[in-house]
Amino acid sequence: MGVRIQHVAFEPGAETDAMHAANAGIGAVVCFVGYMRDFNEGLEVSGMYLEHYPGMTERALASIQVDAERRWPLLKVEIVHRVGALEPGEPIVFVGTASAHRQAAFNACAFIMDYLKTRAPLWKKERSAQGEQWVEGRETDQQALERWNNVEDSQ
Amino acid sequence: MNIHYFARYREVLGVPSETMEWDPTLVTLNDLRKKLAARGGVWVVLEERNLMCALNQELCGLDSRLQAEDEVAFFPTVTGG
Repeated sequence: MGVRIQHVAFEPGAETDAMHAANAGIGAVVCFVGYMRDFNEGLEVSGMYLEHYPGMTERALASIQVDAERRWPLLKVEIVHRVGALEPGEPIVFVGTASAHRQAAFNACAFIMDYLKTRAPLWKKERSAQGEQWVEGRETDQQALERWNNVEDSQ
Repeated sequence: MNIHYFARYREVLGVPSETMEWDPTLVTLNDLRKKLAARGGVWVVLEERNLMCALNQELCGLDSRLQAEDEVAFFPTVTGG
């Protein structure tokens, strides 16, 4: 179980393989990888900078992980998030969830991403031909979070 | 009390953080926010409706109560992931 905030790139394939390596009781692994796009809001994006709140970012993600573990019977959770300078095509975030059966892993992975998007202190700044611009938060991310208030714990 | 600013707020305000003398008349984070915004100029950015805040590295509401040794942070809507 772990949270890593790092400047260096990570390899999603290696992260995925590591998810079930530790525990033969794991029957299901779900992995989400978020990548940096080269296009946003109609503009070609040439680079990105990710700012965070050192200390709080780790605490917020660890807390989200604990919430997920309370809701579902998870055997392993791994969250990796890049900070600093990124190039288009690079992975930004990895969330892996492992459980005996698939439904807990599917739900927990979506839950962690919805919480991460709205509660972890991270901010994207994009670079394009028009200069640099902070990415604005999306209302749809907030709506995605609210759906978990209406869902009974489902395994 | 230490106050941190992040992302667009940090850039607009021109400071990443500041230390402020404990002021017992400031009861909540919202009182602190109003006092800072009252500096005028760039500081009115703290009046934004979507402002988020944290107390001792935990997300909180503006109605949270302040204490002398608190670490406070104000920042725009988060956009990680």
